Amino acid sequence: MDTIYLDNNATTQVDPIVFEAIKPYFTELYGNPSSMHRFGGQVGVTLKEARASVAGLLGCEPEEIIFTSCGSESDNTAIRSALNARPDRRHIITTAVEHPAILSLCKFLEKKDGYEVTYLGTDEYGRLDLEEYKAALRPDTAVVSVMWANNETGNIYPIEEMAKIAKEHDVFFHTDAVQAVGKVDIDLSKVPVDMLSLSGHKLHAPKGVGALFVRKRLPFRPFLIGGHQERSRRAGTENTTGIIALGKACELAREHMVEENTEVKRLRDKLEKGLLEAVPDAKLNGDPEHRLPNTSNISFGYVEGEAILLMMDQLGIAASSGSACTSGSLEPSHVLRAMGVPFTFAHGSIRFSLSRFNTEKEIDFVIESLPPIIKNLRKLSPFSAEKQAPACTKSFSE
Amino acid sequence: MWEYTDKVKDHFLNPRNVGTIEDADGVGEVGSLACGDALTLYIKVDGDGKITDAKFQTFGCASAIASSSALTELLIGKTVEEAEKITNKDIAEYLGGLPREKMHCSVMGQEALEQAIKNMRGEAPSKAEHSHEGELICECFGVFDEEILEAIKVNDLKTVEDVTNFTKAGGGCGKCIPDLERLLAEAHGEGVCPTPSDKPAYPAEGMTNIQRMHLIESVIDNDVRPKLKADGGNIELVDIDRDTVVVRFLGMCSGCPSSQATLNGLVETALKEKVDPGLKVREG
Repeated sequence: MDTIYLDNNATTQVDPIVFEAIKPYFTELYGNPSSMHRFGGQVGVTLKEARASVAGLLGCEPEEIIFTSCGSESDNTAIRSALNARPDRRHIITTAVEHPAILSLCKFLEKKDGYEVTYLGTDEYGRLDLEEYKAALRPDTAVVSVMWANNETGNIYPIEEMAKIAKEHDVFFHTDAVQAVGKVDIDLSKVPVDMLSLSGHKLHAPKGVGALFVRKRLPFRPFLIGGHQERSRRAGTENTTGIIALGKACELAREHMVEENTEVKRLRDKLEKGLLEAVPDAKLNGDPEHRLPNTSNISFGYVEGEAILLMMDQLGIAASSGSACTSGSLEPSHVLRAMGVPFTFAHGSIRFSLSRFNTEKEIDFVIESLPPIIKNLRKLSPFSAEKQAPACTKSFSE
Repeated sequence: MWEYTDKVKDHFLNPRNVGTIEDADGVGEVGSLACGDALTLYIKVDGDGKITDAKFQTFGCASAIASSSALTELLIGKTVEEAEKITNKDIAEYLGGLPREKMHCSVMGQEALEQAIKNMRGEAPSKAEHSHEGELICECFGVFDEEILEAIKVNDLKTVEDVTNFTKAGGGCGKCIPDLERLLAEAHGEGVCPTPSDKPAYPAEGMTNIQRMHLIESVIDNDVRPKLKADGGNIELVDIDRDTVVVRFLGMCSGCPSSQATLNGLVETALKEKVDPGLKVREG
């Protein structure tokens, strides 16, 4: 059974062109780029090209790119560096809908190091309020960290405007752009963000490589200290194959940007429309207008997400859910909770995230297969639109 | 991805006894949409007290659906008295086990059963949330102390994480975690005033003189001498006069500039600890 993979916000398949490009670096060209000899030096040259390729996709200088192991490392490095640079400032601003790489770090900094953190809320569509943001800025704010696009809903946030406001207040601005890079046109020569995180495996490079953009002349403290790699900004022998793959993937992302925003978006819209029309008591989560072209988060009322996923899995369809039962947690997605999605729908949320490798036939199959699954699960359920849920002892906004 | 047994998968994909019983003798409703899982159990009982039919409706994950299905299979054909003995462990075992994080699904089954039986006997309404008399511990998931204590007892739970896995209590805001720790301590008999100890206050308490002398010899032989021998020295017991032990250093220890430190730090400390804290040691 072939898999219909609609979980590309979790990870993507390595593009076969990327795979071909890195093969020689496992077998023939395995030198250490830091070595003095030519055998290693030639790998160093390829890394330089990869750096230029990543910079090219982001509209920045190659020297502004630090290769890391993943998006989480980039996020941690950025926030900690900003805090170290201004030790007298003890306040951080972020949002309630960030990835755990930011949220967990902020909670840790609050608890262990006594920082104050403001978590900006969202409206029912997951949109941020710029007035709330402006009001949250303080003289002792060290850094603002806001994701470029949300991994669960696909919402795109007004990063350019938010970064400008931070600049006006002399506050460092970091964005976790892990989901946005390769799908959204990013030009850092025009958008005044100070630091930006990205991850290779979200744009058809392998897992285990990421990058952090750090604007020139921004004070920077390395997270990993040791060797002189990455101009002493990130110690450790380079993941050469990962970096070369990331470079190639960024090159391909530039080529496919239009396709992401036309063909992938068309398939996403078809899927979304098909499901919302076929399934009663289903609703879209997120901003209908400002969203990643590949992401659709739909809640199916009165059924539970894990049950839907496992039924879909029987048919070879892979997606993900913000339901509590798919994680170690007992609460549904923090993103949906922050948006105030009712419990009736929050537990039955499914995230579909497409890529350029999905086909029309696959989307047709999902539109045909999923409605009966929901119908069958609803037959099992004691709840329905008519039979209202018992009152809950906990409010969503907590 | 959770690791489910084949039996869990089978009961999830092909649930048995789904539906309602219009003229049910007992109905048990537990959980809620807000909490992420809910089960309504219907039982039909004949004149001999035998459960002739059981049906369910479940909102929840694969474990919740499979646990409900398993519960109905376990119930049909049993007498109410036999059914009352079914625990969440029986449900989980019937399914070949559940991931520990999902054990609360089996507990939900047990609670629905208890509720249905109470409802059948006219002791309670069908919904469990109105029947608890204990203290509400977890506000997020509406879990009462009696449920937590029962789960701790039946499943021999040791940690707060276990309690959360089995009851969901503590899985939300976390405010009730100190209460869960208290209940765990209570259930395991901790926090109770300690009973007077029968142990003596020090090892030689109550011993005769001869016994006490032998104990001193034994400590010198086993705890002190080997250490001195390791450095080329030795020790000899000269006399015991009430609380004073007289010893003589031999070998390298004889005339050693640190002999006083050895006498106090090693010999006297060992004898105070292992024989009597009132002992003093001197060279003679």
